[in-house]
Amino acid sequence: MKITFDWLKDHLNINIKEEKLLEQLTNIGLEVESVEKLSEELNLFKVAKITKIDKHPNADRLKICDVDIGEKELKKVVCGASNAREGLITIYAPPGAIIPKTKVKLVIAKIRDVISYGMLCSESELNLSDESDGIIELSPTKFRKNIGKSYFSKSNSNLIDLSITPNRPDCLGIRGIARDLAASGFGKLKNFKFKKIKSNLKQTIKVKINKEKDQACTIFGSCLITNVKNTKSPQWLKNKLLSVGQKPISAIVDITNYVMLDINRPLHAYDADKIHKGIIVRNSKSGEQFTALDKKNYKLENGMCVISDNKGVLGLGGIIGGTRSATEFDTKNVLLESAYFESRSIRKTAKKLNLETDAKFRFERGIDPLSIEAGLNKASLLIKEICGGEISKIDIQKIKTYKNKIIKFDPNLFENISGFKITINEMTKILENLGFKYKKEKKHLKLTAPSWRPDILQAIDIVEELVRIKGYEKINIIDPIKERTKSTLTQTQKLFHFLQRAIASKGYMEAITWSFTDSNFNDYFIGSNKEIKIVNPISSELGVLRNSIFSNLVMYIGKNLDRGFKDLSIFEIGPIFRGSKPGDQTTVVCGLSAGKKNRLSWINKERNVDIFDVKRDVVQTLVEAGYNSDKFVIDNETPNYYHPGKSGRLFLNNEKEKVAAYFGEIHPNIIKKLDIKSESLVGFEIFIDNLKLPKKTLNDRKPKFIVSDFQKSERDFAFIVNKDVKAQDLISVISNVDKDLISNIKIFDVYIGENIPENQKSIAISVTIQSSEKTLNENDLENINNLIIKTVENKTGARIRS
Amino acid sequence: MSDLKNIREQFLSKLKNDLSIEEINNFKTELFGKNGLISSKFKSLGSIPEIDRKQFATNLNQIKDELQNLISIKIDEINTKKINEKLEKEKVDVSLPGRPFARGKIHPVSQTIDEISSIFSEIGFSVEEGPDVENEYNNFTALNTPDNHPARDMHDTFYLDERKELLLRTHTSPVQIRTMLKDKPPFKIIAPGRTYRSDSDQTHAPMFHQVEGLHIDKNINMGHLKGCLNYFIKEFFEVDKIKMRFRPSHFPFTEPSAEVDIGYEIKDGKIVIGEGDKWLEILGCGMVHPNVLRNVRVDTSIYQGYAFGIGIDRLAMLKYGINDLRAFFECDYRWLSHFGFDPLDVPTNYRGLSR
Repeated sequence: MKITFDWLKDHLNINIKEEKLLEQLTNIGLEVESVEKLSEELNLFKVAKITKIDKHPNADRLKICDVDIGEKELKKVVCGASNAREGLITIYAPPGAIIPKTKVKLVIAKIRDVISYGMLCSESELNLSDESDGIIELSPTKFRKNIGKSYFSKSNSNLIDLSITPNRPDCLGIRGIARDLAASGFGKLKNFKFKKIKSNLKQTIKVKINKEKDQACTIFGSCLITNVKNTKSPQWLKNKLLSVGQKPISAIVDITNYVMLDINRPLHAYDADKIHKGIIVRNSKSGEQFTALDKKNYKLENGMCVISDNKGVLGLGGIIGGTRSATEFDTKNVLLESAYFESRSIRKTAKKLNLETDAKFRFERGIDPLSIEAGLNKASLLIKEICGGEISKIDIQKIKTYKNKIIKFDPNLFENISGFKITINEMTKILENLGFKYKKEKKHLKLTAPSWRPDILQAIDIVEELVRIKGYEKINIIDPIKERTKSTLTQTQKLFHFLQRAIASKGYMEAITWSFTDSNFNDYFIGSNKEIKIVNPISSELGVLRNSIFSNLVMYIGKNLDRGFKDLSIFEIGPIFRGSKPGDQTTVVCGLSAGKKNRLSWINKERNVDIFDVKRDVVQTLVEAGYNSDKFVIDNETPNYYHPGKSGRLFLNNEKEKVAAYFGEIHPNIIKKLDIKSESLVGFEIFIDNLKLPKKTLNDRKPKFIVSDFQKSERDFAFIVNKDVKAQDLISVISNVDKDLISNIKIFDVYIGENIPENQKSIAISVTIQSSEKTLNENDLENINNLIIKTVENKTGARIRS
Repeated sequence: MSDLKNIREQFLSKLKNDLSIEEINNFKTELFGKNGLISSKFKSLGSIPEIDRKQFATNLNQIKDELQNLISIKIDEINTKKINEKLEKEKVDVSLPGRPFARGKIHPVSQTIDEISSIFSEIGFSVEEGPDVENEYNNFTALNTPDNHPARDMHDTFYLDERKELLLRTHTSPVQIRTMLKDKPPFKIIAPGRTYRSDSDQTHAPMFHQVEGLHIDKNINMGHLKGCLNYFIKEFFEVDKIKMRFRPSHFPFTEPSAEVDIGYEIKDGKIVIGEGDKWLEILGCGMVHPNVLRNVRVDTSIYQGYAFGIGIDRLAMLKYGINDLRAFFECDYRWLSHFGFDPLDVPTNYRGLSR
């Protein structure tokens, strides 16, 4: 909402500086968004006279004008306007001026080899009107004495842009803002006695509101002004509109706009002669069309509120009028509409047609239903004053009566909510200034809310008014008590934070990427999930919810590779989606590693990152989080976006209930199709929601501290087994041979090749044997040795390598 | 007697030479071996006449000690020399880089969430979460924002179905609804998380982070709200003084509502919080609207309280001097390394939020 201090003064007796006022506006909830200093810029535009015209040597349509701007020297200006002539008084813009319409700053320019110092302006360039044909012609009698003076009056005050919250439609009118200021002690609201139409003439155009379901128009007030002479608005009115950035059009249109801006009462003016046999307010039928004032043709659906005559639609009620009945300069008879439309319907219709107008903005927030007559009175009298003519009586059709809201208010509620006290007298004074009526009852105030405040519905809204006007700075700070009765994080949340930092500590950069992704990327990692589309995505590349974090990470790894990075590890911890219902999501830690380890290291051997890097990171992270790696069960059933032979699935224990993690190489096909240029790409996913939370705390889970100081001995074995026998199974068999004696098992070599039959491999294992009761002698050791060999051979089909 | 003397002198002169460790060991055996010169002298003690025996034994012991000492000194010398020679050869260029070590970084948004949780933890808030996909009721209707409410326009919503019943939450406020429906008052929670609006330019991202706060109890008023936020802002920006301004505003789910600005100034191109005369909006808050409390069946005659919503990304930008919001989500390795935090930097109350 754009206002000026000057306009405010129409409604407010006030004697303070603008700065203070700006602060106060913000303090009472009418936030000042910006202040545009209009006057300084516009001062540059001067009244000027063309004293001589020469032909441009290089262009037939251009003229070189000598312009008198009240200085000693004449300015040479190149001008293309056909109406430029000697003796014409017009408006001159010097180099450095900013043209209001285009916001372009003028410079001294060569136009077809002739230097032009500034510019002569058309009305449209100065946003004075849409007239762009030729330069402005000022009346010689009025402006002869003003040559060299600034065209725009100096009293132009700054343009103040307020951000009005949607609950305050009343402040979309200057008077509403003035009322709030006055209530807060800033000035006194002027008491307007609106003049009323005194007329014996009948409003002869019949208006009918159809009583149908969901009729959005509940009141239609109108009056007829006959024999008018529409003209350009007088200067005061033009200036008023210009001061808030509105373009003057014609007196009739300008007046309706002025009334709307002044008291937030939208009006519509029809050329009465273009209305065919009366007005019918009704719901539209599907397929009806009309051309609106924005020159666009709109096709309507069923049930939109239209103002029509028996030829068809004249306009969309409360949103936009049509060209067919628009007023023009030759309009003789005007029908002025002042109506009430339900906000819900306005909103629905405008949304469907994707229409945004000033009237719509106001009606959707709620217009004072009792302002019908005030608007008609004010506007029609102004029309008569400026355009002449005769005003009819006001005609009002209505299908609903509005009553002011009555609220029972317990004054104690104020202190309960705000934490500070004010007297009841102070309350009633503020409320009265805001337009409330009150009656003191036993313990309550019986309040009647003003009709222009649709936001006031219950007692809490009254508290809001009082605190706001009193000032939020009056609220005392109550320091918080440092006391905790409940633990801050749940076990799952703790695990989330732990895993996040555990992974980061292993060389992965944490990334945060969108929860949505490109379906082309998502398709590769969708697994067995179904695609979840966003109905209105911001772009097609962000069209689906991600089924996996990989889609985004792979894309960003690609981008970073393109930046010239070669060795990258990134991870994200966040949601992936399985469906479009709330809760169809699960939290995943997903990491991706590309390139090599020890690239160009002078000391370490260079190699590609591989599955055992990510396996280490996953296993180590889970161990750090408190899970026992001895119980982990790993197999190679993984989703199809992993390399089928070089990827693993991890369960926390042999119950294999829920997958704790996947890890491995990304499928070579995907790398190729997505054109990821890296020697290697490996990744992992840890499913936090699948990790069973231990019931006991970490402390309680620690077993008793038992160690043996008896001598231990290490025995090495090499078994030849089939290739598909898993190391994990060998270890499990060995450890089960004697849990008391076997304390550690380590695989120190895996060999495939010469001397080993095809489809077989040799696994070398070192087993640590130690008793907690005695030192084992050779005999004991030999026994356990043989038992290990025998058991392994029996259970896995292995042979001991001799 | 002279025999002993001879042995002594003979070996003293021998040991003066430059010797290898093997040569010394040979002398050692020659002298003290099973049949060594000195050892055999000890064996012969019994055959020496009684009167001379004592003197002989004394001399013999002296010579033995002397030679043994000499030998062990000689051995030490050789060992030291050997080690010194080795050390001479073993010198490395210590300025060469150590073995590579990769440590990742924590994203500034995650770090900021941890900081926020740590601060609110101190004054008794616990952390709640809710799903990213919400239904229309939790995100709007329950929060006193019916479908014809213009406030819905302020939230450009991503929808997942044509009927506009399923959506990506536009704020973290639905967690209030979920929490209050699930439990009984009092409530004292914060809810950080991802939020979504179909808005994308230099200062808006289609996804961003918010933290919701909710405190409902008996007699909780706007003074408590002011105190809580005042405490939070001071702790978060790690300053003693803060200029804070509560400004009336409007949110459908709170009444009265406020926006909170903090004072700042620009010093040497950097933003300084808590000083200066410029204002920066950082959060919205208010007393929870009775309609909202009624929707979740909280008795408004007993309970009341406040709620607030803070933009986490914005806070992180302010605190850590980050200019571009969109960079948070673009995953540029350079940016992540520059603005990320060491995973060992866990914000805590006792150790401080940041180093």
